[in-house]
Amino acid sequence: MFLYIVRRIFQTIPVMIGVTLAVFLMMHLIPGDAAKIMAGENANPEQIEQMRENLGLNEPLYQQYFSFIGNAVQGDLGNSIRTSRAVTSEIFDSRFWITVQLALVGTVLAVIFGLLAGIISATRKYSFADVSLMVIALFGLSMPNFWLGIMLIYLFSVNLGWFPVAGWGTWEHMILPAITLGTAGAAIIARMTRSSMLEVMDQDYIRTAYAKGVSDKLVIYKHGLRNALIPVVTVVGLQFGTLLGGAVITETVFAVNGLGRLVIDSIRAHDFPMVQGTILVCAVLFVVVNTMVDISYRLLNKRIDLN
Amino acid sequence: MDHQPQLETMAVNPARVGNSKAIRMKSFYKKLAKNKAAMVGAFIVIVFSLLAIFAPLLAPYDPTEMQLSKKLETPSSEHWLGTDDKGRDILSRLLYGSRISLTVGILSTLLGALTGIILGVVAGYYGRWVDSLIMRICDVLLAFPGILLALAIVSVLGASTTNVIIAVAFYAIPTFARIVRGSTLTVKKLEYIDAIKAMGARDTRIIIKHILPNVLSPIIVQSTLYIASAIITASALSFLGMGTKPPTPEWGTMLAQGRSYVAQAPHITLFPGLVILLVVVGFNLFGDGLRDALDPKTKK
Repeated sequence: MFLYIVRRIFQTIPVMIGVTLAVFLMMHLIPGDAAKIMAGENANPEQIEQMRENLGLNEPLYQQYFSFIGNAVQGDLGNSIRTSRAVTSEIFDSRFWITVQLALVGTVLAVIFGLLAGIISATRKYSFADVSLMVIALFGLSMPNFWLGIMLIYLFSVNLGWFPVAGWGTWEHMILPAITLGTAGAAIIARMTRSSMLEVMDQDYIRTAYAKGVSDKLVIYKHGLRNALIPVVTVVGLQFGTLLGGAVITETVFAVNGLGRLVIDSIRAHDFPMVQGTILVCAVLFVVVNTMVDISYRLLNKRIDLN
Repeated sequence: MDHQPQLETMAVNPARVGNSKAIRMKSFYKKLAKNKAAMVGAFIVIVFSLLAIFAPLLAPYDPTEMQLSKKLETPSSEHWLGTDDKGRDILSRLLYGSRISLTVGILSTLLGALTGIILGVVAGYYGRWVDSLIMRICDVLLAFPGILLALAIVSVLGASTTNVIIAVAFYAIPTFARIVRGSTLTVKKLEYIDAIKAMGARDTRIIIKHILPNVLSPIIVQSTLYIASAIITASALSFLGMGTKPPTPEWGTMLAQGRSYVAQAPHITLFPGLVILLVVVGFNLFGDGLRDALDPKTKK
């Protein structure tokens, strides 16, 4: 197992290199002169040249990439063009933690509601509750979360006044964005739990348990759910990563100053070092979370051949 | 290669193959037609496609015509779904918007699927370093969570409908490539592929005539489901100001414009969202139905 974990960690290295290369090339794929775009419409030739110098765009491409990697490893992702602050400070001072917090609360909500709905559906197959919950899950999956967010604001903030319209800081601020972010995840987890449980409940050992006279509850929760949860764990882990990306929209709708909003503001301001830095941090975090999910899946499911 | 036609006749009997194909198709249609949810999905998709095609005939007003004296009007007999902040008819804008949203959803899926299929089949068929290289590229593309890859591409290329299609297509490539690679690996190992190879058939012929038809089922299912998420992603990009620009009627843009008036005129936001929801539900239901009908494990 230890060897497997080491190998799995090593497997992420080429992906990480690929991610850094893709993020690095972003600035070089911009049609036209990147320095001119970033310096702004009113910049004179000296200012554009200064910008080019600051960003190291005069160096050969491979040298630029190695400097980018070398600096990134040391925690230096350059400076923001908009604020002149270090990109890492902008990201890690508060924004990163806000997004992680939002994604975590969204994941917790998705897991609670998704698992509950999935278990109820699977144990009452084709009942009214099953059909209703699966229809709700389908709608949850198909709903654009930016629309859901606006509708939640209209209902709970504007009309009922239960929650603040925007901002971040207290638990009241967290509820609506977390629901917005977690709804699609809850729907996916509900569908996955249902189908996984139904598959497990169809196995021979479940029939054997019933034949031995084991009670319904014990069969469902001890034998059924425990085994059905293994693939669900993977989905839950992947959902956390997906929610990090989904936070871009949720943070924009609720005016939350997290990483997502930082990306959008930076794209609008042509602040490419900031865009590169934020996307790189999100991608690296996503790869790390996925690797952890993969390892935990193997730990949970000992039947998988580790070779 | 004189013996080739003879061997081909020995390997497969066209009459029997045709017959079994017809039986499979019949069973597929039967299963699909029996699935009520899939039929509802297909109905929704067909209705919206027709609305998009005939939008100029059906729209009661010009979608970009502003009537400031009629701004923020609630639904009435004159304007069935009300008017927006610039007095434009929401129904007309939704009808015209369906053209853009459906086109973006379908084109980006086609583009992404086509690229993914080529990469997947090449990776699966040739294996070795080609496979490793293509799969590592896919891993890198999949390392960007959610909408971030699309945003990164749009930030580089600039905000426009065409660039949204490219960005959303890019996001689809690794998913299709992985599915096709997996299916190709399975089909490649079958005995009849070895037989065709032994007869001296070229790789391109084997891929196009024998491998691709066998990996079509998962591609069709994934494409239908992907159109649903492509419509949402494209609308999200427009909502964030990174896609289709106003005054062009597009569902995501309409939502973004209505957002500022949600307290006074919630209908501006309500209807575009409902329309997106309905179309996506349609594609999801139809996609799920196709998957069930094409899955040999499904009994009834």
